[in-house]
Amino acid sequence: MIAPIAVGRTHAALVDRSIDPSALLRAVADVGAGATALFLGTVRHTHDGRAVTGIDYQAYSTMADRLLQAIVTEASQRYGTRAIAVEHRVGYLSLGETSVAIASAHERRAPAFAAARYVIEEIKRRVPIWKREHYVDGTREWVDPTRDASASTGLDGVAAADAMVSAAATHDPCRP
Amino acid sequence: MTVNVLLFASYADALGRPRIEMAVAPGSTVADMVARVRDGHADRLPARPLVAVNQEYATYDRVIEPGDEIALIPPVAGG
Repeated sequence: MIAPIAVGRTHAALVDRSIDPSALLRAVADVGAGATALFLGTVRHTHDGRAVTGIDYQAYSTMADRLLQAIVTEASQRYGTRAIAVEHRVGYLSLGETSVAIASAHERRAPAFAAARYVIEEIKRRVPIWKREHYVDGTREWVDPTRDASASTGLDGVAAADAMVSAAATHDPCRP
Repeated sequence: MTVNVLLFASYADALGRPRIEMAVAPGSTVADMVARVRDGHADRLPARPLVAVNQEYATYDRVIEPGDEIALIPPVAGG
């Protein structure tokens, strides 16, 4: 049994300017931390075999802000980070630009990595942010990560909502 | 009562607007509201889209109150 760990510092923001990873590293800097993990999500040049030129990110800003803050607070409590920070960008991003950055500082490397992993997996699962890819041929398309999984039945928002409402307390994407 | 339903991304494109204002009967649930939004647009929205009420994911049996902020949430794709 591990005693409850005090919640460390957190920072979460949805931003419409370029993300500076070194600013996040400064935000989590802590002489008590022996490990700092940095995760960057960046715009890739292909998706499903199609050549991509850039991505528009849109968000339900107020809800996305709240959820980003909730997720870093959960990560802080679960893994006992000394400090953890996340920024997610909205607007049009060119190839190679950073769409999301997560920095986590902990005494030890394993929980530093795990906390950053938790935040990116929960963002992908829960935060109302959407991306529209722009392709070399001039077309654009909203990305739907559920399309393959739900092709036969269509999205089931009832099951999804039930899962979202009850999952925050029990879900752990870092464990099987 | 009148409620505002926010639409985003592919759903806003599908219905050609970012919000819908609609009158709903007192006691209406999220399921009732979704049925109303899909009325006439059933080919453009999934049967059971994800819904948020006051910026939290909501189940379909939730009763809508006056002043609630309702949003239809397309499959999320952050990161």
